[in-house]
Amino acid sequence: MTHIDFSLVDWSRAQFALTACYHWLFVPLTLGLSFIIAFMETIYVKTGNEEWKRLTKFWMTIFGINFAIGIATGLILEFEFGTNWSNYSWFVGDIFGAPLAIEGIMAFFLESTFIAVMFFGWNKVGKKFHLLATWLVAIGSNLSALWILVANGWMQLPVGMKFNPDTARNEMVDFWKILFSPIAVNKFLHTVSSGYVLAALFVIGISSWYLLKKRDVVYAKRSIVVAASFGLLASIFIMFTGDGSARAVAHHQPMKFAAMENLYMGQQNAPLVAFGILKQDPNATDHKKMNFSYLVEIPDVLSYMAFLNPNAYVPGIYDLVHGNADHGVPSYNERITKGEIAINALAAYKRAKLAGNDSLANAMLGTFEKNYNNFGYGYYANREVHELIPNITMSFYSFRIMVFLGLHFFALILVVLILTVKNRIENKKVILYTALWTIPLAYIASMLGWIVAEVGRQPWVIQDILPTIAAVSQLKASSVQLTFWVFAVFFTALLIAEIGIIVKQIGKGFTA
Amino acid sequence: MFESLSLLSLQQYWWLIVSLLGALLVFLMFVQGGQTLIFTLGKSEEERTLLVNLLGRKWELTFTTLVTFGGAFFASFPLFYSTSFGGAYWVWMAILIAFVIQAVSYEYRKKPGNFLGQKTFEIFLMFNGLLGTLLLGTAVATFFTGSAFSVNKMNLLDLTSGNMPVISEWKGPAHGLEAALSPVNLSLGLAVFFLSRVLAILYFMNRLDHAAIMERLKKQLLYNAIPFLVFFLAFAGWLLLSSGFAVDPKTGIVSMEPYKYLHNLIALPVVAILFVLGVAGVLLGIIRSVACFEKCHTKGIWLSGTGTVLTVWALLLLAGFNHTAFYPSNWDLQSSLTIENSSSSHYTLTAMSYVSLLVPFVLAYIWYVWRAIDKKKISTEELQSESHIY
Repeated sequence: MTHIDFSLVDWSRAQFALTACYHWLFVPLTLGLSFIIAFMETIYVKTGNEEWKRLTKFWMTIFGINFAIGIATGLILEFEFGTNWSNYSWFVGDIFGAPLAIEGIMAFFLESTFIAVMFFGWNKVGKKFHLLATWLVAIGSNLSALWILVANGWMQLPVGMKFNPDTARNEMVDFWKILFSPIAVNKFLHTVSSGYVLAALFVIGISSWYLLKKRDVVYAKRSIVVAASFGLLASIFIMFTGDGSARAVAHHQPMKFAAMENLYMGQQNAPLVAFGILKQDPNATDHKKMNFSYLVEIPDVLSYMAFLNPNAYVPGIYDLVHGNADHGVPSYNERITKGEIAINALAAYKRAKLAGNDSLANAMLGTFEKNYNNFGYGYYANREVHELIPNITMSFYSFRIMVFLGLHFFALILVVLILTVKNRIENKKVILYTALWTIPLAYIASMLGWIVAEVGRQPWVIQDILPTIAAVSQLKASSVQLTFWVFAVFFTALLIAEIGIIVKQIGKGFTA
Repeated sequence: MFESLSLLSLQQYWWLIVSLLGALLVFLMFVQGGQTLIFTLGKSEEERTLLVNLLGRKWELTFTTLVTFGGAFFASFPLFYSTSFGGAYWVWMAILIAFVIQAVSYEYRKKPGNFLGQKTFEIFLMFNGLLGTLLLGTAVATFFTGSAFSVNKMNLLDLTSGNMPVISEWKGPAHGLEAALSPVNLSLGLAVFFLSRVLAILYFMNRLDHAAIMERLKKQLLYNAIPFLVFFLAFAGWLLLSSGFAVDPKTGIVSMEPYKYLHNLIALPVVAILFVLGVAGVLLGIIRSVACFEKCHTKGIWLSGTGTVLTVWALLLLAGFNHTAFYPSNWDLQSSLTIENSSSSHYTLTAMSYVSLLVPFVLAYIWYVWRAIDKKKISTEELQSESHIY
């Protein structure tokens, strides 16, 4: 394993991260705005008030502009599983491909068909049918999120599958276990609700701008009422789903959890770091150890958050690397050895099968199955163990900033809603400016959530089973580097175009 | 219901579905064909906008079919996804970029604040139309001509040689672009390109209410139908006379068999009927639209469209059925992919088969919605009354 092209692995990761980040710039707004539009149109159909129709159409135009670029980046993401992660596509394609196909059949056609009714059907179909189409687009968008997040959840917690030694890949044995795995359920709920909050903040922020400019005041206030009501519910819900997500991570991805908290030495009654500033440990040689230069802790909370027990033991980075016999935590070196045994046993099984030596094949299969849980660690034989530790600084800060911003969003939405209902929002300039400048913060929080989820699980493409170094396609690093820059230029140009168009559209106002 | 089917039956069922999705995709690529005709048919800004809007109401359907085709192929034959996408990197990247720029072009083309300018997005649409059809056609041709790759699953378990543990390795120098240099591949690529333009012309004839453009459509139909026929016949002739990649059903060993695809056509009479009906449908749609223009021009798209679906479906079935390697390797015959050695497991194919029962329902609502939206032909006046214009 000395000739792994790390430059290729890194560029492949960079390209996937670039595509995923750009994709995720557009998707959350689609997820939430589709529902906000549906609420507005429902009010229009119920009341027959043309102003609500104008309101619906205004936000629908913004939705359309945003939707198009989400589709573009989504296509690349789907195919990059094959182009850049070809080993992965085979190794787990039996499980991962199915949600992707179901997403296409169930969700994408729903979206793409009824979106046409949404945009072109105003004078061609009845009011109720049009409303149904708008709701179906919202449901379709969220359904597509379900399937891709189930697939992502499965990568973080591979359940419902069994390795088939004859085909040399993992195969699905329980569809429902994959669909309802705790990580998948929490991931879906947390991610879509973050999209709802982002969309609510987007609508509130833009509407605040109108109020600051004293333009389209009635439309802006109505938009705020709908968005803030929806956003408030979503931001309460997101706290519960976030809590559930953190607990699932603590149970199934302890290294990610330790990195999120910069918990170096495991402990019982572990405190939660409410605020902390990291600095590199001057003596850290292999474990990426970070110290705190400033720290505010809340006693016992981390243990409680992770295991609903303030006395519970939470393993730290050191324990996971070196093992902790008292708490039954194996060391990474043990896991690497077992992984190596699993890989070599599988190779021996296949050779024995080919030679017709069934008894040896059975013995090797037994050895393989006993050690399979550590399969992916085998690729780190003769490598530095610290390669199995994710980037702590990114995980730690991303998690903290996301949570703080989440609390800010909740408070802001609550205040905005109360002031709007009391009809006092127009004169609260500080609140209106805060709402406007919270739009970029919503995007930052949303992106940080993905950084926590994806950076924190490195180097695993499939947790404990397949690392990035064994998942990548065999290409020249320079080829991937070139496509990375091509995509970077295209996506950035399209993003600038999108922002320009949205800004102009907003400038035109609700009644244009 | 599906649980009781054998693995082979499920593999065949999924090859039928993936092939059908591929066939529907080729038909729906009339959108791409139409994009390459915007400047040929539209002589004024107003006319171009009319054409773009006609296509713009269908582009998402084509795009969604492409995405679903990819997803279904991944789910049912993951080794193909792994080998072809990871190997023929440049072809797939070129195709992807061509589709990325399409996805935004309709929506952004005329919107104020678009810093790239309207012309840029129209060129993007042209680029997508040309590359999307040509490269997809070329890529499909490699199902019959083969590509240079090797597959060795033991690589995954090799911790000692120092090689990367990647199971499939592309041997072609240009990671797939070399396929575009083969005249046979190129002839199918060009056939798909011209076919997509023919279908676009027939679609415009069906939906458009504009006398001047209609006159140009008549002329363009012939200009595109003739090269389509030339390239299609060249490919079909080569296909029926060439050797193919046969799989021994007992041993799984792949070998070259003279006239393999002709043999498949004879061995699979239903496929042969589909093929003949399909080709007849395409030709009849074109001929009737030319010969009895006044009465028949609105119906051409249905005849030629159905014909396209049947022809492409039959072609893809010929590539995978009757013990044939559907994604052959001409570098190492034994690395060739067949529906048996590249498919998902019995359990996954069964689960997916239940999901496939939704397909008729999906087709039904697409049909219903488009009937509701496409009640009236589109004219410049009608377009101006729309609230959402591309």
